[in-house]
Amino acid sequence: MATERIVVYVEGTPVEVSAHDTAASAALRAGLGHTRTSPITGEKRAPYCMMGVCFECLMVIDGAASRQACMVPVRPGMRIERQHGPRELD
Amino acid sequence: MIQTADAVVIGGGVVGAAIAYGLARHDTRVTVLDEGDVAIRSSRVNFGLVWLLGKGDGMPAYGFWTRRSADLWPQFANRLKEETGVDTHYVKSGGLSYCLGEAELETRTEAIRRMRTQAERDPYEARMLDRSELVQMMPRVKFGPDVLGASYGPHDGHVSPLNLLHALHIGLKYRGVDYRPASPALEVTPVHGGFEVRTPQTRISTPKLVLAAGHGITPLARPLGFDVEILAERGQILVTERAAPIALLPANGVRQTAEGTFLIGTTNEDVGYDVSTTPPAGAAMARRAIRVVPALAQLRVVRAWAGLRTLTKDECPVYEQSARYPGAFLATCHSGVTLAAVHANDLAEAIHEGSLGDDLAPFHSRRFHGH
Repeated sequence: MATERIVVYVEGTPVEVSAHDTAASAALRAGLGHTRTSPITGEKRAPYCMMGVCFECLMVIDGAASRQACMVPVRPGMRIERQHGPRELD
Repeated sequence: MIQTADAVVIGGGVVGAAIAYGLARHDTRVTVLDEGDVAIRSSRVNFGLVWLLGKGDGMPAYGFWTRRSADLWPQFANRLKEETGVDTHYVKSGGLSYCLGEAELETRTEAIRRMRTQAERDPYEARMLDRSELVQMMPRVKFGPDVLGASYGPHDGHVSPLNLLHALHIGLKYRGVDYRPASPALEVTPVHGGFEVRTPQTRISTPKLVLAAGHGITPLARPLGFDVEILAERGQILVTERAAPIALLPANGVRQTAEGTFLIGTTNEDVGYDVSTTPPAGAAMARRAIRVVPALAQLRVVRAWAGLRTLTKDECPVYEQSARYPGAFLATCHSGVTLAAVHANDLAEAIHEGSLGDDLAPFHSRRFHGH
């Protein structure tokens, strides 16, 4: 049985993904490459453990910073963006 | 075969390592005996303040000793960085203790006044700041409405405690100290001309011995003629995710580290050696931090832990040389980070010379026994 397909926006680009994807797997499917830069070294990082442990996949999701993208299920229209360095406090 | 050393320091935490680091400046062969990962390692669980505020109430000598360490810290941090390449992230930023509500403001104002009367000169140069002064000092921080003021100490600061411990251990190596992990001192026996220390691996003979093993001191102290009771007090800490620096001065309850996380603390709990964390304590700590800076509520907590402070009955350090077995020294305190600089300098110097002298006399444990 085919899974439902939905569209999310990875760095502004529409990408069709499975409704069972997470924001991190959507970013990987989109071929985004790095998904954040380290707040300490500026090094490029990407999702690694895909199970909520390593915190490498922090991204800005629908405007909310530092989300663990691998733990966030996609929903139609979701905006998934790279996190550059540390988040700002409002 | 029995091995020999000019000095054996028992304890490789921040207290023992600082003393050994200082002793190694002299031409002595120093051995440090440390436990392994199972040690109650207060050095790895603390908040990282180099702190004067609120200490030494009732014991001015402790205030001056703490101030001395704060004065030595910049040079100490520089030397560690030169020798080891490890940046301790020490900053003499000044430190705060916030007053939330009128009652806290009154109590704190009174405490600052009392410190001033006890000592001929106030070693902390602490003063009260009102809300407008706080805002002026930290223009980018949006304080909560309950922040009415704070006590402020210009000599206080903060440091990464893990980097400090790491730097000290690299420094021990640099200075030729024989550091032995997983080598607890099982037994110490006074012998002619010194002491014999037994570990699971070997026996070491030394004319000079320093007990600096925190909670591990207790079983070793009495046979060497020391009568010091060491109590455990649990302190819990929350760590948030990293955020861009908000230029917040460190306070005893919330500080932003050099790497962007916020540390939120702490508790003072008498629960024996239990290092569990408890949700109600975490919630109370977080609530208070959010009353100080409401924006902290946006951040997620990524870690929580508890550690055990190494306390004496009056919460002040004990430094003494055994009267029965000269050459055996004991050093314990709950502010191993703050005092690391003075331990590596003055205390190590005194131990090297074999006499703790008048400056350190107030720290003898005889104060607990009514002498």
